[in-house]
Amino acid sequence: MREPKSLARFYEGTEQIVTIDRDSPPRVLFSGEDLLLEDLPVGTKVIYPKPPIEGLSNVKSAIRWAINHPEGCDPLHAMLRPGMKVTVAIDDISLPLPPMRTPDARQQVLEVILPLLEESGVDDVHLVIAIALHRRMTEAEMKRMVGEKIFDAYYPDRYYNHDAEEPGGCVTLGETEHGEKVIVNRRAAESDLLIYVNLNLVPMDGGHKSVGTGLTNYEGVKAHHTPDHIRKSHSYMDPERSEMHRSVDRIGRYTDRNMNVFHIETTINNRMFDGALGFLMKREEDYTDGDRLKLAGMRAALRNMPSLAKRKMFQAVPAAYDVIAVHAGRTEPTHAKILERSWAQYAVDVDFQADVAIFPIPFVSPYNVNSILNPLLVQVMACGYFFNFYRGKPLVKKGGTLIITHPCSDLFDPEHHPSYIEFFHRLLPETRDAEVLERKYEREFAENPTYVHMYRTGNAYHGAHPFFMWYWGENGRQHLGRIIAVGADNEHVPRMMGWESAQTLSEAIDMARAVHGRGAEIAMLHHPPIVMTQNLG
Amino acid sequence: MAEARKAAFFDVDGTLVRTNIVHAFAFYATNQGTILGTAWKTAKLLASIPVFMATDRVNRKVFNELFYSYYEGQTEDRLETLAEELFEDVLKPAIYGGTPRLIEDCRRAGCRIVLVTGALDFTVRHLARHLGADDVIANRMRFVQGVATGRVVPPIIEGAHKALVIRDYCVKEGLQLEKSFAYSDSFSDYPMLAVVGHPAAVNPDARLARVARAYEWPIIRTTEG
Repeated sequence: MREPKSLARFYEGTEQIVTIDRDSPPRVLFSGEDLLLEDLPVGTKVIYPKPPIEGLSNVKSAIRWAINHPEGCDPLHAMLRPGMKVTVAIDDISLPLPPMRTPDARQQVLEVILPLLEESGVDDVHLVIAIALHRRMTEAEMKRMVGEKIFDAYYPDRYYNHDAEEPGGCVTLGETEHGEKVIVNRRAAESDLLIYVNLNLVPMDGGHKSVGTGLTNYEGVKAHHTPDHIRKSHSYMDPERSEMHRSVDRIGRYTDRNMNVFHIETTINNRMFDGALGFLMKREEDYTDGDRLKLAGMRAALRNMPSLAKRKMFQAVPAAYDVIAVHAGRTEPTHAKILERSWAQYAVDVDFQADVAIFPIPFVSPYNVNSILNPLLVQVMACGYFFNFYRGKPLVKKGGTLIITHPCSDLFDPEHHPSYIEFFHRLLPETRDAEVLERKYEREFAENPTYVHMYRTGNAYHGAHPFFMWYWGENGRQHLGRIIAVGADNEHVPRMMGWESAQTLSEAIDMARAVHGRGAEIAMLHHPPIVMTQNLG
Repeated sequence: MAEARKAAFFDVDGTLVRTNIVHAFAFYATNQGTILGTAWKTAKLLASIPVFMATDRVNRKVFNELFYSYYEGQTEDRLETLAEELFEDVLKPAIYGGTPRLIEDCRRAGCRIVLVTGALDFTVRHLARHLGADDVIANRMRFVQGVATGRVVPPIIEGAHKALVIRDYCVKEGLQLEKSFAYSDSFSDYPMLAVVGHPAAVNPDARLARVARAYEWPIIRTTEG
């Protein structure tokens, strides 16, 4: 159901950047599961997402066309032989955010290719969720992602999560010219054909990163998830300027030379909210009386709800994303086409760098679907993802101030994030230096048998995962002069992160102006939905 | 034996297997060789259950002393002979599905595998071998002329003593206590968990679950394979 035609028409006639003046209405900012309503200083530039690109009218046709007209190789049906061994790898629940309405894009791809495999006499087919070091998906989540029919036919023997810690579960194909180990899931490596079904949410995803990260183990991920790689990535949302992607690409090219890999990549628009929450897609100038009423009602309800209920409520609402592109074939040409569409959706041209940037932090990240956005994940959203939402120059100047809005509660999910708890409470009080943390503690956490066990048998992120989350904030931390958390419900979390605290947004802006002057240029990314800045000047 | 500088210490009853020391004794009580003997021991055990429960609540050490006194008069040969059957019939089917993998994960991490239990050594020896443990720290029955006295060689391995023997074991074996791991299901093993660098609660009872949450210790479930 595609509702906001009128909204799309409206957006087409407007700019993505609104400069606040004296008559501007207050802005709506996410602060975890709460919504703030704040007056911003006159002159603040608020950068809005582009309107959602129109979705494909017939996704399955587009999938069929893509696999029959692939980039750089024969059509999929021409690669199939009776009796061959095929592994279909699928992106996990970290994409998209929040999970999309059913049918998920992955289900639609599988509904096209699995019958094709069957008709071609290919019976030895396994579906492997490329979780890398993420948590295992639950049975219910797995069913939702591929639909009941496929789930019933393949689960559990032929539809399962990749296990990065299974003894002998991965094989080393070799080393790149830079000495990076190329390690891949054994089943995938030993298959005659690996089909990777991806869902690109942001330009960081997909391409060589799919196999190179999703189907490897700790040693494989460690090759490029280092503080040094992140420091040299400008940004990691922009693969051409990302040291992490350069490493991943070397690994991927090696993989492609040694394995038969066929990619089916999809990407989606940014229609994160619709229906009752559709007003969150609008800019505040365009709110109707009904929208304002909904906002007031929602804020009142959120104020009176316990945080668990708020979290459940937000996580229960799937996003109304539409698939906007499907391409298939060899890794690089396929991914290039997908990236083009992804940037077309997200990139907003800017010609300035601000002294002060405001990033509202919402309730969800790739690593807390159906869980808590714990302090480390707040950090990765602020210094990692949102800071890296740029192409060319960062939105904020070197040494500038970042203001985030989030309660920063000292809350962790012991089932999903057990190693995060130890990382946060044992290691961060000792040091925030990513290189020291990597050198002294990363392997200890990675090999901790309790965490290994919880990763393999429960739904826990790998023991090393909190380290990678800390590294992912590394280029943000190196670039920014100061970070101020607005509305933190405690003092110690911001302090342990090396941040300052402010009770209100205006107090934080005053603190920033004390350093940058009254004339400081202030900009705000109005997300969600996702918006990225492009400053190539 | 693994050349590890760290160890993983496992409580047994409720942690690795779903039985407890009463199951072991019940097995012996119901296998006395004569109908009269079996009937007498079984009746005595059943009659004592309320006493056991009450004592266990008050003092685990007293419980153990009282409990082990029920072994008095049994021959060492018989206890040893029945231990294998005890393992095959009682303990082996009671091993939690997730136990072998947890132990394997610890071994892969370079840990020496040590079972630390309040049970009698001969009752867990076969289990330890089956699970691939490197060592067992357990209570030892005192025998006089091949007959059980009903008293164990002190100190009784339970509660705080588990922590002490683990500490001594690490010193003796050159292991690093702060790098070592401990796993238990019961709050009574709090000292053993607190003494190592990396404690974890396994299928915890309500009290241990509360403590684990308070101290932010990982909580593991092994009841399912």
